[in-house]
Amino acid sequence: MKTILRDLRDFLVSLQLTVALLVFGMLLVFAATLDQTNLGIWGIQQKWFHTFIVWQDVRGVNLPIFPGGYFIGGLLLINLLAAHIERFKFTWRKAGIFLTHVGLILLLIGELLSGLWQEDFHLRLNEGETRNYAEAFRDNELVVTDVTDEKFDDVVAIPEILLARHTPVQHPRLPFRVVAKAHYPNSILQMRKPDGTPTLATTGLGREVVAVPQPITYKTDEANMPSAYVELIAPDASPGIFLVSTGLVAPQRFDYGGRTWKIGLRAKRIYKPYSLTLVKFSHDRYAGTEIPKNFSSRIKLTTPDGRDDREVLVYMNNPLRYAGLTFYQSGFANNDRTTILQVVRNPSWLLPYVACALMTVGLCAQFFIHLVAFVQKRRAKLSAPAVA
Amino acid sequence: MKKSFFPALATLVALVAVAVTIRAPRNTSDYDVVGFTKLPTLVNGRLKPLDTVARTTLLITQGRQRVTTPDGKSLTPGEWLLDVLYRPKVADTYQTFEIVHPDVLALFNLATTDGAGGKRFSANQLAGRLNELERQSKLADGTEAPIRTPFQRGVVQLRDSVILYQRLQNSLNDTTSPDFLDRLARFEKALPTGLAATAPRGGANPHGSDDAKLLLEMSSVFSSLDSFAYLRTIPSDKPDDPTGWKTAGGAWSASLGNGRIAPAALTYAEIGRGWQLHNPEAFNKAVRTFRQSLDTAMPDVMRKCDVEARFNSSQPFYTSATLYVVAFLIAVVSWLRWPNELGKTAFAFVVIAFALSTIGIGARMWLEARPPVTNLYSSALFVGWGAVALCLVLEFFFRNAIGSVAAGLVGFATLLIAHHLSLGGDTMEMMRAVLDSNFWLATHVVTVTIGYSATFLAGFLAIIYVMRGVFTRSLDAATADALTRMVYGIVCFATLFSFVGTVLGGIWADQSWGRFWGWDPKENGALIIVIWNAVILHCRWGGMVKQRGLMALAIFGNTVTAWSWFGVNMLGVGLHSYGFMDSAMWWLIAFVASQVAIIALAGLPMEMWRSFRAKA
Repeated sequence: MKTILRDLRDFLVSLQLTVALLVFGMLLVFAATLDQTNLGIWGIQQKWFHTFIVWQDVRGVNLPIFPGGYFIGGLLLINLLAAHIERFKFTWRKAGIFLTHVGLILLLIGELLSGLWQEDFHLRLNEGETRNYAEAFRDNELVVTDVTDEKFDDVVAIPEILLARHTPVQHPRLPFRVVAKAHYPNSILQMRKPDGTPTLATTGLGREVVAVPQPITYKTDEANMPSAYVELIAPDASPGIFLVSTGLVAPQRFDYGGRTWKIGLRAKRIYKPYSLTLVKFSHDRYAGTEIPKNFSSRIKLTTPDGRDDREVLVYMNNPLRYAGLTFYQSGFANNDRTTILQVVRNPSWLLPYVACALMTVGLCAQFFIHLVAFVQKRRAKLSAPAVA
Repeated sequence: MKKSFFPALATLVALVAVAVTIRAPRNTSDYDVVGFTKLPTLVNGRLKPLDTVARTTLLITQGRQRVTTPDGKSLTPGEWLLDVLYRPKVADTYQTFEIVHPDVLALFNLATTDGAGGKRFSANQLAGRLNELERQSKLADGTEAPIRTPFQRGVVQLRDSVILYQRLQNSLNDTTSPDFLDRLARFEKALPTGLAATAPRGGANPHGSDDAKLLLEMSSVFSSLDSFAYLRTIPSDKPDDPTGWKTAGGAWSASLGNGRIAPAALTYAEIGRGWQLHNPEAFNKAVRTFRQSLDTAMPDVMRKCDVEARFNSSQPFYTSATLYVVAFLIAVVSWLRWPNELGKTAFAFVVIAFALSTIGIGARMWLEARPPVTNLYSSALFVGWGAVALCLVLEFFFRNAIGSVAAGLVGFATLLIAHHLSLGGDTMEMMRAVLDSNFWLATHVVTVTIGYSATFLAGFLAIIYVMRGVFTRSLDAATADALTRMVYGIVCFATLFSFVGTVLGGIWADQSWGRFWGWDPKENGALIIVIWNAVILHCRWGGMVKQRGLMALAIFGNTVTAWSWFGVNMLGVGLHSYGFMDSAMWWLIAFVASQVAIIALAGLPMEMWRSFRAKA
């Protein structure tokens, strides 16, 4: 037993393991980069990096083909920590190497945390429009709203994942159960033919429009349009089966139990305690060309308590950082009258800075220690024959 | 021992040769073509001399700057440009369109024997089948650029060349009317009366209605010229505002509105008449007067145009590539004979070539007001420059000609790559919005590029080790040891710079996109280089590799660097897609194959290495 533990320890602290992990890491990054032509930048992160094992569909069979980013990164972290605990003795000559490795540990942790915590949203604003929420890129939610009271909306949001799993949802605020009869991650909407294409929907727009499933797209310039047939089941007269889709712009209204409701599928929203108004979007081009010189959005930022009421300019290489979120210029639409801002929340954003500062200082120190030693040795060697 | 004068003499010869190339260009005829080519124009958002337009257009359409007329006369790019602008019928006979794909030739019913050098054809030779070219390239447009067949690529490229040429021809002249410049003169006279006639309550002048008719005719010609012209030659009223520069058509159109003709538009017509009517005096006078007015109106622009034209004609990178080859050969010979004299000479040649490259890069930086690396072309220049700088340091310390050989090799190779990248057009492009940040270009891009230089250099030094060891007996223990220390030191340097550069890139990404790392292809490429350098160092420290293993790993670093430099651009995805390229794929594959072959050589058993066998 003891020998096994000792072997394990020797394995975990070995430099061979470090080299092997680095090579594996390199292959992982290389393969993931190639795979971007198929899956796009978001798809490869899920498939190759934010996972312990990379699965690949080989002729219909899902096979593990490679250790994933968490596996390699995690083992590298263990290897680093173990090696330092086991055999590293601090000397000034090795101070640079020590700093570099501490930085690397922080960097690996930082990447893990941002993989876990980082969230991306986007915010579309037309000129003059004000919004106090941003929308997620890929996460959607089924929203059932009680709009009986004109002054007050009672919103229940159900994540799309529950629809995908067909999990029945019974929410205390809803007098009915919500069950997905069908869910398509990507679809197109078509008008139902008069002869009656079969549809699951029994009420609402779904009687005129049908959702046709489509393969999921990973292209950066295309978005998936999920749809679902959702049944609302009540003990007495059930409201029926609705077609919901992010392609249907307005939610559908219906009455049930003496109250008025709205149902719809929309991008997941993140509400903020402040609102943004697009004052002006500018798209500068170089004279006589279509080459973009700059994109900028002049935005008015207001908080309800009146503490902030000012204009900010978001442009290329100059994002707005406010209350834990970063807003940066990501696109435009609608003949330059709509701006698209990307909104990122990453609580661990400072960690890479610290890590990289440590590593840079460490590498520079080590390099100069070596260089000075080399030059001194060389000088000693050159002067030696002269003495002799 | 007698002191040899050979190194000093050879250096002097090289310096004289360099001095000859950087002389100011001189006119080859009575026309002040040089003065003309220094005139500024706005193209692709940048103010540049017409000389640059002439040269880059020729590089795009035929891959070289020299033009030979059908009767065997050789033209400067400036003379060619004047013919294109003002004598379109003559220019149409010059064979300046390169076509290599046999199927594209077949589209035009042409054979290689019809072309100059078997591959260059004239606009006249293409004229009959342009509709078919248009149809074929429309078909090819439907395919995404990375997956086009060579035929489709050839068709699209030729179509783009032809359009560029036609737009250039219609910049100052209407190719459909041979007497356009005479009509402009008539227009100039008719303008006041014609405008009066079209004004309300006009018509008192008996000639008024004829003049108004001419104005109307010309108005439609002008607006089509305005929309088709390639050059914006008519200066802005405010010299520092490039958006005000107009096409000649635009300037003539504007005169219909306010009755005033822009002086520059008149001047270009005069220059054209001088060129068309073979009247050098009139031509030179128009150029001279125009130049004087520009000198007072926009001295800064004119200074830049002068420097750029001089830079173009002296071609410092071409001269320096030649010097690198010579230095390489001399240094290799120095390992076999006269190590002292030849070693010194090679070193001097490398220094001269390096100085010339430095001046060239410096001139580009001053012209663009940018840090050295702004696009793929300038990264090739800078990778070479950085590697040669490191070689000079190595040679200074070791004095065994290895630094000179590596400098010659890397210097020439990178300049050759740069030459091929320059065939895409003007290499001083305007920076796309996200890249428009001198601070990050100066820090992140420069550091990463130095990291590339160093990784390549380590690889090339390792190649020298393998080649000398396997094929010659010159790799003695001292040399082998020196090479090992060089490679190790350069790998350390490469690790430092590629790491710091990658980190700076992450910080830039965080500043502009709100995330430090996004697994974008270019980021991944840089990361792979860092990891590989770390692998080399850890293998060395752990005693997993000795000399030969270190060399093999360093050579593999070449393929890793080549991949992240060019390979990721070929994927055509990602945020950094500033340097997309499609045709270089095969070159990359060939390069990787060659490196793998050399690694295999390094893996040969010791007794097959000539150097080590000799010892045994």
